[in-house]
Amino acid sequence: MPQLIRKGIRIDESFAEAFPMTGSGVVVTAPTRKWAMQAATTMTGYATSVIGCDCEAGIDCELSPRETPDGRPGVRVLLFGFSPKSVEKALVNRIGQCVLTCPGSAVFSAFDGEAKIKVGDSMRQFGDKWQTSKAIDGRRYWRVPVMDGEFLVESSVGLTKKSVGGGNLLIMGEDWAKTMRATEAAVDAVHATPDAIAPFPGGVVRSGSKVGSKYKGMGASTNDAYCPTLRGATDSALDADIGCVLEIVIDGLTSDAVSAAMRAGIKAIVALGPKNGAKRVGAGNYGGKLGPFHYHLKDLV
Amino acid sequence: MKPLLFTLKAEPDQRLDLSPLTPDRLVGRSAKEIEAIAIGTTRLPVKVGDVFKVKLGEATSVRFDGGSDRFDLLGAKLLPGFEIHVEGDVGAQLGRAAKGGTITVAGDAGPYAASQSAGANIDIYGDAGDFLGAPLAGEIPGMSGGRVIVRGSVGARAGDRLRRGIIIVEGDAGEDLGSRAIAGTIIVLGTAAGERIGYLNKRATIVLSEQRELGPTYVDCGAHNLGFAKLFAKSLAPESRGAARLLSSRLQRFAGDTAVFGKGEVLLPA
Repeated sequence: MPQLIRKGIRIDESFAEAFPMTGSGVVVTAPTRKWAMQAATTMTGYATSVIGCDCEAGIDCELSPRETPDGRPGVRVLLFGFSPKSVEKALVNRIGQCVLTCPGSAVFSAFDGEAKIKVGDSMRQFGDKWQTSKAIDGRRYWRVPVMDGEFLVESSVGLTKKSVGGGNLLIMGEDWAKTMRATEAAVDAVHATPDAIAPFPGGVVRSGSKVGSKYKGMGASTNDAYCPTLRGATDSALDADIGCVLEIVIDGLTSDAVSAAMRAGIKAIVALGPKNGAKRVGAGNYGGKLGPFHYHLKDLV
Repeated sequence: MKPLLFTLKAEPDQRLDLSPLTPDRLVGRSAKEIEAIAIGTTRLPVKVGDVFKVKLGEATSVRFDGGSDRFDLLGAKLLPGFEIHVEGDVGAQLGRAAKGGTITVAGDAGPYAASQSAGANIDIYGDAGDFLGAPLAGEIPGMSGGRVIVRGSVGARAGDRLRRGIIIVEGDAGEDLGSRAIAGTIIVLGTAAGERIGYLNKRATIVLSEQRELGPTYVDCGAHNLGFAKLFAKSLAPESRGAARLLSSRLQRFAGDTAVFGKGEVLLPA
């Protein structure tokens, strides 16, 4: 594969292939940072990939009391799915089970978007007719009485169909520790990019998949071309100095957010250098025929 | 650019219906056409030109230099995006059924100010009369949106049948504050007179700035830090710091009026 060299790190002349998704987001606040983060962490659990979960979700950033609508510590959570309907269902279920239940929490729309999904409007009935609403500056909020006071939830939350899911980086290094060091630096950079999340555990996925399988009825299976233990046995994409490959998958509210996150990730990997970090950076694609968004690594360095 | 200016020549000798003089209805008219508009309310005809000196200006904004308590229906049915300023007093039904826009009155307003207003931001720097935001006789809902701030005091039954929106009174309120309120929010920073505060209130929030006795149909629900009040405080801070301060404090919640729905509340400083 043709490659560029940046500070001794080989960058494949390849591209990440990504798909259009529907995105939504909420700001979750609580009396303390701890409980705001707890609500956000809980509601983004089991949301790594739409292949097996109801949505892909992650924490975009933490917000200071000055940046939140109610002046309390908050966390901005983004959530992605393949259709507005599935996003609405996932968001309402997750807020109902993970945020309504979380002490002290309140929920606000993270952005306005082209459309709205009913969140407070479909959760208010938990109040058993004791709920009341307040319209403040053109936005409606539901006050649902709960055991620690009131659960405040915005009636509707913004939704955008311009989101992109599946931006990615394949980070290849000599061993697990060095590859992970580069990957963690890249994940930090992705987290610092607004409007983008990395939904896998700690932002990292180690079981990258290819389309198809030797077994009947399995749509995806391990990406053997990138498995270091199969380097000699299969048609491997790995070089002799690669002993570990980790992937970062990125979902963003806009295509620009995904490319900005990938750019930031590559920058962090290159800054770390090949000695203690990764030796090579690649990207996953399906030949360019499946996804309409292509992020060429050569444009991002 | 300067606003379209109406300068009062002398105190009018009858009540005037100023509802045709909103900026949205005057767009594109010449000074002569405007002067010919009839605004009288008796058998003796009165035209704009008889009472005001008209000077054309910006299309979205109207200013009255000089006011009178005979200026009725000023800013009635005003549309969003337009504004009216009155340097003086106004009469009854200021901003009646206004759909939006901004009205500021430097002096006092008469009864039924903001009656059935549906979205206007109305700022009265003096006092307002009875029935602030209320419906007229026979009408069911009162004010149904927007924001009214009275820097002075208001008469009886402010917020009668309030349906939606916010009423802030920085001075005192007369008897029967928030009577028959359906929903919405009323904040009084001075003293509210009488014993029937929130009489037959269904779902409205009434916030008062001092501890006091309420009627027997209001039940104590304890002191709380309410999240929605903090949102209100943040939203109101630029316009009424007193209201923002009150809403940021810990509030004692009295639910009522249990004689009707009982889903409303009166909030007092704890």
